[in-house]
Amino acid sequence: MTTDKARLLEAARAEALWPRPPLWALALGAILAIVLLAFPLVGTTVFSHHVMIMIFLYALMAQAWNVMAGISGQISLGHAMFFGMGAYATGIVVVKFGGTPWIGLVLGMVASAITAMAVGLPTLRLKGHYFAIATLLIGSSVQIIFQRWDYVGAASGMMYPIKRGSPWWDLQFHVGKVAYYYLALGAAALGFLLVWYLRRSRFGFRLQAVRDEPDAAASLGIAVAKHKVLAFMLSAAMMSVAGSFYAQYILVLDPERVFSTDISVIVVLMTVLGGSGTLWGPAVGAAILVPLSEYSRIWLGGTGRTIDLIIYGLLILAICLLRPAGVVSIFSERLRRRVQPEPQPVPAKEMPA
Amino acid sequence: MSILLDVKGVTKRFGGITANNDISFDVKEGEILGIIGPNGAGKSTLFDLLTNFQTPDTGTVSFAGKDITGMRPDLISKLGIARTFQKLKPFTELTVTENVMVGALTRTANMREARDMALEAIAFVDLLEKRHHFARELSTGQRKRLELARGLAMKPRLILMDEVTGGVDQRTIPGLVDLVLELKRQGMTIVTIEHNMQVMMRISDRILALFAGRRIAFGKPEDVRQDAAVVDAYLGSTPHVA
Repeated sequence: MTTDKARLLEAARAEALWPRPPLWALALGAILAIVLLAFPLVGTTVFSHHVMIMIFLYALMAQAWNVMAGISGQISLGHAMFFGMGAYATGIVVVKFGGTPWIGLVLGMVASAITAMAVGLPTLRLKGHYFAIATLLIGSSVQIIFQRWDYVGAASGMMYPIKRGSPWWDLQFHVGKVAYYYLALGAAALGFLLVWYLRRSRFGFRLQAVRDEPDAAASLGIAVAKHKVLAFMLSAAMMSVAGSFYAQYILVLDPERVFSTDISVIVVLMTVLGGSGTLWGPAVGAAILVPLSEYSRIWLGGTGRTIDLIIYGLLILAICLLRPAGVVSIFSERLRRRVQPEPQPVPAKEMPA
Repeated sequence: MSILLDVKGVTKRFGGITANNDISFDVKEGEILGIIGPNGAGKSTLFDLLTNFQTPDTGTVSFAGKDITGMRPDLISKLGIARTFQKLKPFTELTVTENVMVGALTRTANMREARDMALEAIAFVDLLEKRHHFARELSTGQRKRLELARGLAMKPRLILMDEVTGGVDQRTIPGLVDLVLELKRQGMTIVTIEHNMQVMMRISDRILALFAGRRIAFGKPEDVRQDAAVVDAYLGSTPHVA
């Protein structure tokens, strides 16, 4: 090895394992954290709390979808089934057994993960779009099952009993939404941290390898099908948490609402809009689309639903044309350019094929 | 030298086409075995059969005395066989270091250790300057080096290289050839597919020549070079699509 090369290797070894974010990014993150923590305490309206709660909830759901699609490269179009299963798991525990929703939350995660495994084992072996089609159809089927299942109230669903005991044990808060706000913020933050950790872990590296080139991943000792299934199970469990929270938040659940195909589609839109496969993309997508939907519903009354879908469509069209990598890519590219001032051109001696 | 890879009578048919027809050969520990043959001779299919990306219809493949025929590709690679692909398969959205770390993570679960192992492999293939670049930003020659580093980071006993010098500029070839020879010096066993006959004759200890899915010669380079069937396949009377 030449001395030049040895010196370069020494320098490379001395670098931090993960690039340290620049100071301004850390400062921005700190400001964001303070603003989010203080938001409900500074005289903001209950409705604005509701909007923020929905942003957090969708940020968690989009992050769940991101684990599957963005990091592992498998497109699911039936993620609402896990949202619904989370909602129903808490619903059954609370309404049928009078238990604490915390148990329902855990049961929902387990049930969702097992369902994901059952769906994933046969379908994730297939290449191409089979998995997407399978999840779309199975998602609809699960909704139909719950619409017919008398034990859980079939199509009319379940109403929650109003509890006046310990609010944290029963997860019911009847005065204002501040407690829900912090719960949702915490859940979203956990989802965010999980993906942050995943992208720096062996498991996450392997998922990204499977996403980019499954054959090359297998040639490096990665069990491709197993990793896809595990990612699907993790993603399903995250989605289920959002469902459990949602049921506790609105205290009523029916199949129409919690297994809605809209949910499956909106988490896709948010993630793609914000930036699929990125850490911040899902949250940014949720922060753009949720207020759009909530406020257009108020301002435009009964017509809001259609209008917000038209706007969604236009946004997706715009992002496809202008920024296929998502909104976040605008910033992350700038960040990279700062870290690496001179983008080296391809040396002339090697012909690009 | 003991036999590391032993291939006995593998055959692979795709519909009416027999891509590999009853091919047998062995690879000894520490040698470079070159596989030559015109386009469509079945070289890359043979690699797929060795690593079970395609399962042979008949025949067996043994590695270090263990029958690996039909074993899952990821388990085969864990036994110590690395490979590169003719159609390059870099993890495009990962950086060069991260790409190679995926290979190193087969050996260790510790991320820092994996990073340091990866850097060593990257230094070996001379890509250190590009370590923070995304794989999609690399040229073809650099991608070939990347794939090599990724496989080497697994610390395999055997590496299968599919056209390391293919598709790169003439001036880049000597550097890549030097890498292969340096690997051999370090004791690696290598099976390599090449179109470049000069390179092949120079670096290989033995050569396996394929034509139309069949083995037409197997032995020392000087013998294979003068083999009538090989001369015929490359220059001679049998018309074939080049």
